[in-house]
Amino acid sequence: MSEKILDVRNLHTSFTTDAGEVRAVNGVSFNLEEGKSLGIVGESGSGKSVTAYSILQILTDNGRVTDGEILFKGENILKYTPAQMRQFRGKKCSIIFQDPMTSLNPTFTIGNQLMEAILLHTDRNKEQARERAEEMLNLVGVNEPKRRLKQYPHELSGGMRQRIMIAMALASEPDILIADEPTTALDVTIQAQILELMQELQKKIGMAIIMVTHDLGVIAGMCDEIIVMYGGRVCERGSAEDIFYGPAHEYTKGLLRSIPSVSTKYEKLIPIAGTPINLLNMPKGCAFCSRCDSALKICLDQVPEEQLVSPGHYASCWLNVKKQAEEAGEAQA
Amino acid sequence: MSDTKPLVDVRDLKEYFPIHTGWGRTLPLKAVDGVSFTIKPGETLGLVGESGCGKTTVGRTLLHLYKPTGGEFYFDGELVTEKNMPSLRKQMQMVFQDPYSSLNPRMTVEDIIGEPLDVHHLYSGRAERREKILSLMETVGLNAEHATRYAHEFSGGQRQRIGIARALAVNPRFIVCDEPVSALDVSIQAQVVNMFEDLREKLGVAYLFIAHDLLIVHHISDRIAVMYLGRIVEIADANELNNNPIHPYSISLLSAVPIPDPRIARSKQRIIPEGEIPSPLHKPSGCAFRTRCPYATERCAAECPELTERSDGHLVACFNK
Ligand SMILES: Nc1ncnc2c1ncn2[C@@H]1O[C@H](COP(=O)(O)OP(=O)(O)OP(=O)(O)O)[C@@H](O)[C@H]1O
Ligand SMILES: Nc1ncnc2c1ncn2[C@@H]1O[C@H](COP(=O)(O)OP(=O)(O)OP(=O)(O)O)[C@@H](O)[C@H]1O
Ligand code: SF4
Ligand SMILES: [Mg+2]
Ligand SMILES: [Mg+2]
Repeated sequence: MSEKILDVRNLHTSFTTDAGEVRAVNGVSFNLEEGKSLGIVGESGSGKSVTAYSILQILTDNGRVTDGEILFKGENILKYTPAQMRQFRGKKCSIIFQDPMTSLNPTFTIGNQLMEAILLHTDRNKEQARERAEEMLNLVGVNEPKRRLKQYPHELSGGMRQRIMIAMALASEPDILIADEPTTALDVTIQAQILELMQELQKKIGMAIIMVTHDLGVIAGMCDEIIVMYGGRVCERGSAEDIFYGPAHEYTKGLLRSIPSVSTKYEKLIPIAGTPINLLNMPKGCAFCSRCDSALKICLDQVPEEQLVSPGHYASCWLNVKKQAEEAGEAQA
Repeated sequence: MSDTKPLVDVRDLKEYFPIHTGWGRTLPLKAVDGVSFTIKPGETLGLVGESGCGKTTVGRTLLHLYKPTGGEFYFDGELVTEKNMPSLRKQMQMVFQDPYSSLNPRMTVEDIIGEPLDVHHLYSGRAERREKILSLMETVGLNAEHATRYAHEFSGGQRQRIGIARALAVNPRFIVCDEPVSALDVSIQAQVVNMFEDLREKLGVAYLFIAHDLLIVHHISDRIAVMYLGRIVEIADANELNNNPIHPYSISLLSAVPIPDPRIARSKQRIIPEGEIPSPLHKPSGCAFRTRCPYATERCAAECPELTERSDGHLVACFNK
């Protein structure tokens, strides 16, 4: 059995805006085991990035965690002092973003930035840091590392920059790597190179990965565990097999039905009806209710609790409650 | 193969952009460098390939949004020239990737869709104009009560529908769809893909469907063309390309597609080309793929392979495969 390295319990995160309080994350719970990969999928605006940023406490000024616990190896990091938090961000948990240009400084060379990260987070001297920087570039498959160290971010291709970002994130040898849509801006063959690289490094270094993406294909190939988000809540979580082969929430089912597969070329796609939700105007009951074909009366009024579907597989849908009640009834009869 | 005449017949299309490289020098960026294909009425040709390979430029050059550097384009048998383009333009439309930036947020839906009707004088009175607009809205699945609302009040999928209704206003026979679903949420993409298919069935429109999501392209296309650095390297029936890709680049492109099924995804043998895509300003000589190709030989550096037919309708540009 592996150890739980991260345990997120009932996380709530809100933003204060002119239009009102935006409750971006409303009671998210999940855990991550050492060395494993967790995927976070869901609709645009469902709170995937905010969940990730809450863990690292890198929310914008108008945002804050209003409730819940984030346990890292058993310690609640929400109780950390600023110094402890810096330590956590630098050494224990790193993040890479979709657009590497936003996190690389255009005015410094790659070598400058990479060495700074190494000097900051490990106790190497300058010469050792330079060696380590070259090593890191080799590790992430950047050719001619000596020359690259002298180049500026804009001189590199998108795939190359994303490799550099991974190298920076790994410089501190973190326990957890959070990747927020790390390949969305890249071409498929370059994406495949980067994902393969992340998997290789994970095996080598043994870090855990949280992969945030809207791409079910990426998740299927990368992740052991998956959480599916809708409207700021986790609507379903379980192993990759649970989610793909036995989805138990109507949104997950709809999502999987709507993507084309090679074998269904001559069939019409089955879309999810309606439009994505508006967080400022959340319905009283299940957030997915207005788009759900199988909705019950109760779905309109009450938020469904998370139900155990099978060991390790949870979903929040009234249909499961009803089904379980019926089965219990039959068993009694 | 059926012998229907092609609606779109493109021969050796070229689009070079002059790029200033400093010290008063310019180099031609050969964004599209000898592209040929045909599309029959009611047919969908998918166009795939990596970022910067020239897909958008092909579409824009066909519609003379860029002045072609070379090549010919026959539309329904007629050679398209600068002179007759304005009159043919009605029959060819383009739908763009970004439903947010391609619509004027300060115009109502009615005015956005009505604009091409006004420009081409396609009605005789207010009543007919309104009738046409409402029927177009219905065609793309928008409610009549949306007519007086502004574009910015709509979701991405709805805005894409508005853009398509506008393109349909002039009864086009050919639509270039440039990444029409890429900006949409996964749950909305299927709605829009279905709408394109419905329009094809109802109105017999032909599409050049540009997208990077190969699963969607495979779903909607009759045939697919694969581009690499300005040239088509393979073109075939959609299923044939999927089951039997021949060009080394097509093979790696298809093998890199992330499949949303854990068992398949984990066991999938990926054949990822080494290295990065070269800059189109400094394209390798001969076959542009040779710098990443495991099969490259000397000949690949010396000569540029032409498309040759390998089986019925399956064309490949490669010396060694
Ligand atoms: N700084 C902020 N101020 C106000 N609202 C915010 C802020 N950041 C995020 N939100 C809101 O929180 C919600 C969740 O956003 P989040 O970025 O987590 O979505 P996401 O699931 O990552 O979506 P995407 O797939 O589009 O990246 C959204 O409705 C968003 O508008
Ligand atoms: N107006 C322009 N002036 C100069 N260069 C251009 C222009 N438009 C495109 N290019 C260049 O031509 C090449 C082909 O670009 P194009 O936009 O057609 O690629 P694409 O295949 O559509 O890529 P993407 O998948 O990123 O949309 C690129 O190298 C691009 O930088
Ligand atoms: S022509 Fe040569 S370099 Fe080009 S794809 Fe074929 S074998 Fe590879
Ligand atoms: Mg996000
Ligand atoms: Mg393009």
